[in-house]
Amino acid sequence: MSDPTFVRVKTMMPPGHIRTPAYLRGKTGWIERKLGPFGNPEQQAYGLPGDLLTLYRVRFTMAEVWGDQAERPQDTLDAEIYEHWLEPV
Amino acid sequence: MTDFDGKRWHDMGGDTAGPVRPSEHDFALWEKRVDALMVLCSTKGLFTVDGLRRAIEDMGPDVFENTTYYDRWIASINQNLIEAGTYTLGELGAKMDAVAKRGATYGEAASE
Amino acid sequence: MPHDHHDHLSPSGHPYRPDNDEPLSYWQTMEIAVRELLIEKGVSTAAEINAQIDAMDARSPADGAQVVARAWTDPAFRDRLLANGSDACREMGFDIGALHLIAVENTAQIHNLIVCTLCSCYPRNLLGMSPDWYKSREYRSRAVKEPRKVLAEFGMTLPEDVQVRVHDSTADMRYVVIPARPDGTDGWSVDRLAGLVTRDSMIGTGRVKTP
Repeated sequence: MSDPTFVRVKTMMPPGHIRTPAYLRGKTGWIERKLGPFGNPEQQAYGLPGDLLTLYRVRFTMAEVWGDQAERPQDTLDAEIYEHWLEPV
Repeated sequence: MTDFDGKRWHDMGGDTAGPVRPSEHDFALWEKRVDALMVLCSTKGLFTVDGLRRAIEDMGPDVFENTTYYDRWIASINQNLIEAGTYTLGELGAKMDAVAKRGATYGEAASE
Repeated sequence: MPHDHHDHLSPSGHPYRPDNDEPLSYWQTMEIAVRELLIEKGVSTAAEINAQIDAMDARSPADGAQVVARAWTDPAFRDRLLANGSDACREMGFDIGALHLIAVENTAQIHNLIVCTLCSCYPRNLLGMSPDWYKSREYRSRAVKEPRKVLAEFGMTLPEDVQVRVHDSTADMRYVVIPARPDGTDGWSVDRLAGLVTRDSMIGTGRVKTP
């Protein structure tokens, strides 16, 4: 098994139709699998053609997402995040 | 002054909320029709599911408490069809008036 | 009253939402108007709309149960299902449209739970329409932060050594849980096994029935 690729979700908070949940902004996880490409919902939501983007399924530990409030730190949370919302760690 | 930080009302993950009530209901005919209209409009390329969600999100937080799921869907379908130019607000208004005059119940109003 | 072939549908013991006999609401008026305008403009037809309703009505958790039971009895199919959920469902003949499905498997050590915090994405093209609680503020808010408390409210208390994996359906994929096959079912047919698979067990909020 190869080493996991770690990524961080960008912390930016623009308004509008966005599929990156606020609770994951700034959190670091690893790529569980690569998906897509899929059209950018941030364009398609406004009647525009969506640029094709790579979508990643990113896995986070509950400890990373919720800190001390995590029910059980080693439980995990998976979410799909488009490439332009991720930065390398 | 506002303490708004950019997190919008529909972005609920992690919010504090009460117990999950195991609620469900059998869908009414009008709800199934709204559902079908959404599938057909998106299949035909009039707008996307992203457009459906965007218009619902833009309705603001109160809408989640004051309307049902398919109330919001038909409101959003209509918003997207107006934006797509499928019909005008004038045409919609006239049609809604005509529908309402047919009778006081859904069953009466839905039959021409 | 005009005859409508959907009026007799009453698939379970749940109450109908007020409909044909209640005062007409603004949003119902809009539904009728939008539907008739789409037909008048030539975008759709009454027959096409009825056919779409029938196609959605034909989808139910029983379809997902067949997929799960097949995965329990056919290791090669299980591997294909985990590799590409959509293709595996199509292989079984289910009309799932453009659904992009990821199947996640429960084991003795792992319990999967599905939610959509941003709206209410659900594998509807396999399981049919979603239950109200799945779309509720309570479930959407809490399933990602306190899944164990939420599961306890559904009557499932997980041992501390079982890992919970929550899946937030944030974008284009939909998820279905393959629950663990219960003990005491050796030699059972696929159809008999499918009868044990509940809708909630495929969302992760319930268990399969015990034989």
